Amino acid sequence: MNAIEFKGVDFSYSEDGAFAIKNLNFSVKEGEFVAVLGHNGSGKSTLARLTDGLLSADKGEITVFGTPMTDKNLYTIRKQVGIVFQNPDNQTVAAIVEDDVAFGAENIGLPREEIGKRIDFALKAVGMEEFRHSTPTRLSGGQKQRIAIAGVLALKPKVMILDESTAMLDPRGRREIIDVVTRLNKEEGMTVVLITHFMEEALLADRAIVMNRGEIVMEGTPADIFERHEELITYNLALPRIGYICKQLQAGGMDVPDTLDYEKLAEEIAKCVS
Amino acid sequence: MRIVAEHLSYTYNAGSPFASKALKDISLTIEEGEFFGILGHTGSGKSTFVQHLNALIRVPSSMKKYKPKKPKKGEVLPPKTVLTVGEFDLTHKKTDFRALRSKVGMVFQYPEAQLFAETVKDDVAFGYKNFAKEKPKAEEIEAAVKDALEIVGLNYEEIKDQSPFDLSGGQKRRVAIAGVIVTRPEVLVLDEPAAGLDPLGKREIMELLHKLHREWCKTVVIVSHDMDEISENCTRAAVFSEGEIKYVLPPSELFAHSEELLSLGLDVPLTAKLCAALKARGVEISCDFTTEDFIRSVLALRR
Amino acid sequence: MLKDVAFGQFYPVDSFVHRLDPRLKILFLIAYITAIFLAKNFVGLGACLFVLVLIIIASHVPARKVLRSVRAVAFLIVFTALLNTLFYHGETVYWTWGIFSVTKEGLIFSAFLVIRLLLLVTCSSLLTYTTTPVALTDGIESLLTPLKWIRLPVHELALIMSIALRFIPILMDETERIMNAQKARGADFETGGLIKRVRAIIPILIPLLLSAFRRADDLGDAMDARCYMGSKNRTKYKKLKFGWRDLIAFLLGAALVTGVVLMRIYLVRAI
Repeated sequence: MNAIEFKGVDFSYSEDGAFAIKNLNFSVKEGEFVAVLGHNGSGKSTLARLTDGLLSADKGEITVFGTPMTDKNLYTIRKQVGIVFQNPDNQTVAAIVEDDVAFGAENIGLPREEIGKRIDFALKAVGMEEFRHSTPTRLSGGQKQRIAIAGVLALKPKVMILDESTAMLDPRGRREIIDVVTRLNKEEGMTVVLITHFMEEALLADRAIVMNRGEIVMEGTPADIFERHEELITYNLALPRIGYICKQLQAGGMDVPDTLDYEKLAEEIAKCVS
Repeated sequence: MRIVAEHLSYTYNAGSPFASKALKDISLTIEEGEFFGILGHTGSGKSTFVQHLNALIRVPSSMKKYKPKKPKKGEVLPPKTVLTVGEFDLTHKKTDFRALRSKVGMVFQYPEAQLFAETVKDDVAFGYKNFAKEKPKAEEIEAAVKDALEIVGLNYEEIKDQSPFDLSGGQKRRVAIAGVIVTRPEVLVLDEPAAGLDPLGKREIMELLHKLHREWCKTVVIVSHDMDEISENCTRAAVFSEGEIKYVLPPSELFAHSEELLSLGLDVPLTAKLCAALKARGVEISCDFTTEDFIRSVLALRR
Repeated sequence: MLKDVAFGQFYPVDSFVHRLDPRLKILFLIAYITAIFLAKNFVGLGACLFVLVLIIIASHVPARKVLRSVRAVAFLIVFTALLNTLFYHGETVYWTWGIFSVTKEGLIFSAFLVIRLLLLVTCSSLLTYTTTPVALTDGIESLLTPLKWIRLPVHELALIMSIALRFIPILMDETERIMNAQKARGADFETGGLIKRVRAIIPILIPLLLSAFRRADDLGDAMDARCYMGSKNRTKYKKLKFGWRDLIAFLLGAALVTGVVLMRIYLVRAI
């Protein structure tokens, strides 16, 4: 079954304005890990908001696990789709970590003991148990985002959308978040939609999609997309530094494959020079 | 302007239960003309240090209320703090701190958050008017604003009357930077100048900083988490950790200490990771850790 | 404990008073204030003072910290005392000048008033010294719950309060950041006349408001995405618990009020 399905969806922010999303057809299978790439303003965040009913489409049909997106189904869909947003400071409601994680679970009216269990589960899944009684203000950006993920997990959703959740983090924080979502996908079978402008983060995905001006312009495995790096540059996406190194070594006559994994590249270089 | 700090310490909320030492007796010299990098985690003291440079945080002895302590019998006073930026002595009460601020430009993280005026032109003019000794003429202001906007790569005629809030993210950041450099500071300090931008935006901002370094501000100091940014751009870098300075070295030497940096919880540039991974496989690479030099060194090995 | 402090004057130590149920502390404060105003003689006030000293000792908050809160309202207290001394009409007159007079009764009344105000300020600030803002909101929400019956949106009010508490430190940080950024651009907030100073606020206020709106927008989306639908069918994870400490404090509070009331009835004639 498809977790998310878009059929001919149009969306624009203003009445007469340009389309933010234009005739979009797109689907995500249950348990799949999809990366959505695009520069700022390519429409990728609009996609996330449409999926969760924070925006409603002008035209076309959106379904989540077969349930069509209507006002009546909004609550049902939101229980299944969790979103982690960009700014780590603007997603926490409560001044204590556990209270914040509990927020969603309280909203859907779970009994107290169950909420307690969900807090345990969610904080453990993001590795933040020891911060249960802390105040989010004093945590690092990566830790705050992990709390935001925990807050979403407490609702036990089937799909997790990360809407540029790593954009404001330092490299260490970015790695923490990517580790957590990869584990959720592999171990818990969580369907993950990772929206980002960092090509490196897309590497672990099963499939990558590139958006430009509200349309899907490229689609394939991360390796496929990476192969077509010249095309990527036309969509204002940069090749990661390691990709650039591969290309330059190839141009210099060295027989190394395209890879974004530095251990693998080192392995290949070692083979070539010895 | 040369920046010299010796025995500089700073404690937040001194004397309360929240007191925390942010700088512990640090010493650092940044030469005129450098493109200097400052590394470290949140809370390592790097922001506290940088804010000293244009007196947003003041050395206690420069405060009006400060009275020097008389040593008790047998007590040894800590060594004297030195903090100078060019001819400005930041430990002295009578220093002209306004003049200092016009000479040391400070671009904060996400500087677009400081935009407030109705038009781009007015926003950029804000600093110029504030620092002017006498009320500047309209033509002078316009000329200064035009120069500042053009050096950051914006078209003055097109953008001057727009609202800064209607611009794209990258444009806003450029306008904010123009608003700082409009006074032609000799030292430009930037905290995470590329934070939150997409890869293309990041590259453009770094290019802009090099252009400013060449044509506009003699010394550039950037605070960054991004090791690639440091290894590719800086003449030297200081590593802050827990209020102390661990290293002050050019990137080519600094990243030879990869293991120590990693143990401080810091990252290392991709090139350093590749060199370490190659070394583990018995291939020694000597390079200055810039991408281009790495590629050259690897290709040289084969030939 | 230190890291759990959001802001305000909370004094982070662990003590008997810190651990009390916030609801009890709020009720105790109300009872205490009632006692202060019921006390009609120095013995009654003495009893109140004695209890306050006991609480201060039990709270481990240093006395000079507690007294600092008095300093903030010192002017108000002195002013009130002065007015009362000069305008009180008593029988034993010491001094007169026009409409002003100083009488024995006036002096006693003023002294009474000063002690009352001092006790009032000190015990109120003691509540904020020993209770985190979060616990305080929880306590207020819990105590206001009965008012749901008169359709007061207690849950929403409490949520607004707790979100405000959560964002105050963030917005304070942000204010400082924006102020620093504008100072670095030569803005001057310290000198000049009133108009100049008011104008100087604009470069801080506008970015701050914009940022607050953006944050509010973001938070609204994040709450929606986490299925927030108001208080309908909502459950609560945290329930405040009433323990043995609270029982002791409750008995102490009850004894104080009863004592003061009894003194008022039986001792008034004696003095």
